[in-house]
Amino acid sequence: MGLLDYFLAKPKSSANVARERLQILVAHDRAERGRPSYLPRLQREILEVIRRHVHVDQDAISITYGQDGTQEILELNIVLPEENSR
Amino acid sequence: MARIIVVTSGKGGVGKTTTTAALGMGLALRGFRTALVDFDVGLRNLDLIMGCERRVVYDFVNVINGEASLNQALIRDKRCSQLLILPASQTRDKDALTREGVGTVLNELAQSFDYILCDSPAGIEKGAILAMYYADDAVVVANPEVSSVRDADRMLGILASKSRRAENSEPPIREYLLLTRYAPERVQKGEMLSIDDVREILALELLGVIPESTAVLTASNCGNPVILDQESDAGQAYADMVARYLGEELPLRFLDPARRGFFSRLFGGD
Repeated sequence: MGLLDYFLAKPKSSANVARERLQILVAHDRAERGRPSYLPRLQREILEVIRRHVHVDQDAISITYGQDGTQEILELNIVLPEENSR
Repeated sequence: MARIIVVTSGKGGVGKTTTTAALGMGLALRGFRTALVDFDVGLRNLDLIMGCERRVVYDFVNVINGEASLNQALIRDKRCSQLLILPASQTRDKDALTREGVGTVLNELAQSFDYILCDSPAGIEKGAILAMYYADDAVVVANPEVSSVRDADRMLGILASKSRRAENSEPPIREYLLLTRYAPERVQKGEMLSIDDVREILALELLGVIPESTAVLTASNCGNPVILDQESDAGQAYADMVARYLGEELPLRFLDPARRGFFSRLFGGD
């Protein structure tokens, strides 16, 4: 099946590739634009405070910023390590 | 009350100055008192595209610095008396333009003109920021090409956050997209982003589509805004754009590949 697909599939036109790449890029750029400028520093400082008590990686903390109508939502998600690794 | 229009793009070489010249001439020919202001300090080109490069005595920076009056610096177009050009300075001093200075000059122009067109330099540096700062409307020029479309989107972000209207929480700048150097044959072959692709990505009102055309180079060679060449596809497409800007509803033209004759199909190869 895979092989058949390979031979039957029309190669994607370069314009389609361009469109898909741009859609992803522009969506990413626009999401970045909406965020307040203090967000990266806030994330760093929150991480420092948490690290005083538990050891977590940079990857274990995520901050998402969203807008719902007039409300701005700042969501903070921290994955705490297993008990024995503390 | 004058309307200030910025012609901008982010990326260079997509047709900002060509568009400024065409839109300005188009508005002036319809009887509006129109001023063209070249913000590309150090690399002025609008005077060349307008064919008045040998009549430049004073420039934008001279006026800002009080070395010349606005009337001394403005060059009246020889083809249309309603159209005046304020050339950019050739100085290499990057700080020659100031926000206050630009504001004062635009304010003075607004007393006696209907439309003021600001021809932005490429990039997102000071000159480009100042060109759009006081704008009421923005014509974002883009080619159907990835880097141009991305830069156009970045420019939209700047228009929405760094303009006077944004800073004063006034109604935002009206943004329009102008797609230039469009090649329908290449779109049909899947080699070029289509109008719908670009429109979908940028989500902007489309003011016009200018086809890739030899007339553009011919016009700039001679210092004539291409809109004056009403025989050409690009000239007609620019005239349509002016009409749409003024609120007329016109269908887009020149979107289909040129029909090829029997012999060109037989022998023409590609």
